[in-house]
Amino acid sequence: MKILVCISHVPDTTSKINFTEGDTKFDSNGVQFVINPNDEFGLTRAMWFKEKQGANVTVANVGGPETEPTLRKALAIGADAAIRVNTAANDGFQVANELAQVVNDGGYDLVIAGRESIDYNGGMVPGMLAALTNANFVANCIGLEIDGTNANAVREIDGGKETVSTTLPLVIAGQKGLVEESDLRIPNMRGIMMARQKPLTVLEPKGAAEETSSVKFEKPVPKGAVTLVSPDNLDELVNLLHNEAKVI
Amino acid sequence: MSVLVYTESDNGTFKKVALEVASYGKAVADQLGTTLTAVTINAKDTSILGNHGVDKVLNVTNSKLETFNANAYAEVIKQAAEKEGTKVIIVSSSADSKYLAPLLAVGLNAGYASNVVEAPSSTSPFTVKRTAFTNKAFNITSIDTDVKLIGLSKNAFGLKEHSASATVEDFSPSIPDNGVHVDAVDKVTGKVTIADAEIVVSGGRGLKGPENWGMLEELAQVLGAATACSKPVSDLGWRPHSEHVGQTGKPVASNLYIAIGISGAIQHLAGINASKVKVVINTDPEAPFFKAADYGVVGDAFEVVPKLTEKLKAFKAQQ
Repeated sequence: MKILVCISHVPDTTSKINFTEGDTKFDSNGVQFVINPNDEFGLTRAMWFKEKQGANVTVANVGGPETEPTLRKALAIGADAAIRVNTAANDGFQVANELAQVVNDGGYDLVIAGRESIDYNGGMVPGMLAALTNANFVANCIGLEIDGTNANAVREIDGGKETVSTTLPLVIAGQKGLVEESDLRIPNMRGIMMARQKPLTVLEPKGAAEETSSVKFEKPVPKGAVTLVSPDNLDELVNLLHNEAKVI
Repeated sequence: MSVLVYTESDNGTFKKVALEVASYGKAVADQLGTTLTAVTINAKDTSILGNHGVDKVLNVTNSKLETFNANAYAEVIKQAAEKEGTKVIIVSSSADSKYLAPLLAVGLNAGYASNVVEAPSSTSPFTVKRTAFTNKAFNITSIDTDVKLIGLSKNAFGLKEHSASATVEDFSPSIPDNGVHVDAVDKVTGKVTIADAEIVVSGGRGLKGPENWGMLEELAQVLGAATACSKPVSDLGWRPHSEHVGQTGKPVASNLYIAIGISGAIQHLAGINASKVKVVINTDPEAPFFKAADYGVVGDAFEVVPKLTEKLKAFKAQQ
């Protein structure tokens, strides 16, 4: 089984979010970049398929050279090879198109992506990739088993979960639950050394056009200070929630 | 040319998000000087849609669509859009709509903007405001394609009333064979879900153990709220994973979010800060959540929560 894990290179959650060039560009100055958390759950599940079912795991990212340390980290965690499509994509559609080319050329049976990246939160690349490659698609995937060309998946839905069966080729949008937080792996020294020897292929983009464009960014209006209510005066809290906030 | 909204239902009854997309769709249709069409799938009574601005309902009834299937549902909406010659399609941010939207976008060659929070600031170019960086910023995005798809954030635009009635037309699209089959659905019934809740009551490690959740559930019951928890609580197994809210858990966009014994780690705040009003109850006045909250009580949850529940019971009795 050939697995492609899509890796988004995103600012760590604790990063300060600032913009430059007239609020049109994300300010990456001093920002620590990491593997998108939703993708990391998927990568870890892919490692399970590699170790238990002999799957071959490639990781892919669409982005500039600055994203390579993130791909090297995925290699250090245990992926066999990495692909970087050398373009700074402008929207999810462009990313999905570039990845579709990678999937079609590489003949992957299973594509594991995350439910959304924590930077742009578009939540569209996995589904678009499935549609563009005519693969089956399971979103909000919290469990996945593969047997031959059959797949059984568990999907989180509003208010519960459902169990679905489908066949390869398959794209999933994974999230926590696919593996547990405690299963995530920190690269060890041997992994880091081996990652240096593993192939990281840079592909030129096929040049799909974007469908949406970012005009600019805005920051939310700073919030006022908290109104503290004494624990001995909870009538006041009820009063504030009813008359001021109007939420009860 | 009309604007099309997908108004989703659960067991035949419209979800609140369906009425939100109808309200939003009406605003967009007014901006474009056109009418609003809604497509419904196995809805029982569509009369309420007129009250939220829908002019025409395309009513799809088909036993093949009884359980949600993203491919089939996307195909139904696609055919409705083609029939109406629609240029703007609007769906909600429910788990189902987020599942089908990318498939629909590819099917219609439509540019897709998700998590949109306001009516378009301009229709030429077609420009919308959406949340980015997990609610830490907004991105002004223009959709440059001929056909446009908008995913509307939950609880962002609100409900708008219009006193009108919609014409209803039966619509029978062709349903494709599905590659993904639902074998079993395990859904909590009779409990408010985090996705639908107006109010969410959430507990953290400060509650000291799963045996102490009774008081939190009682508070939730008085408020008609859903219960949720922080990541450490679900990792420790005190509460089910389905209750975990935060960046890697479920997102919350309720009217009121009450955090009890939750310090307010940035990963937690990222998942809940789309909520309108936040109340924090914590013994530690230095807890970061106080900086993110609207109202705070510095005190012991074991004393504050039961007292607050009593006060709210009395308040509800008066209403």
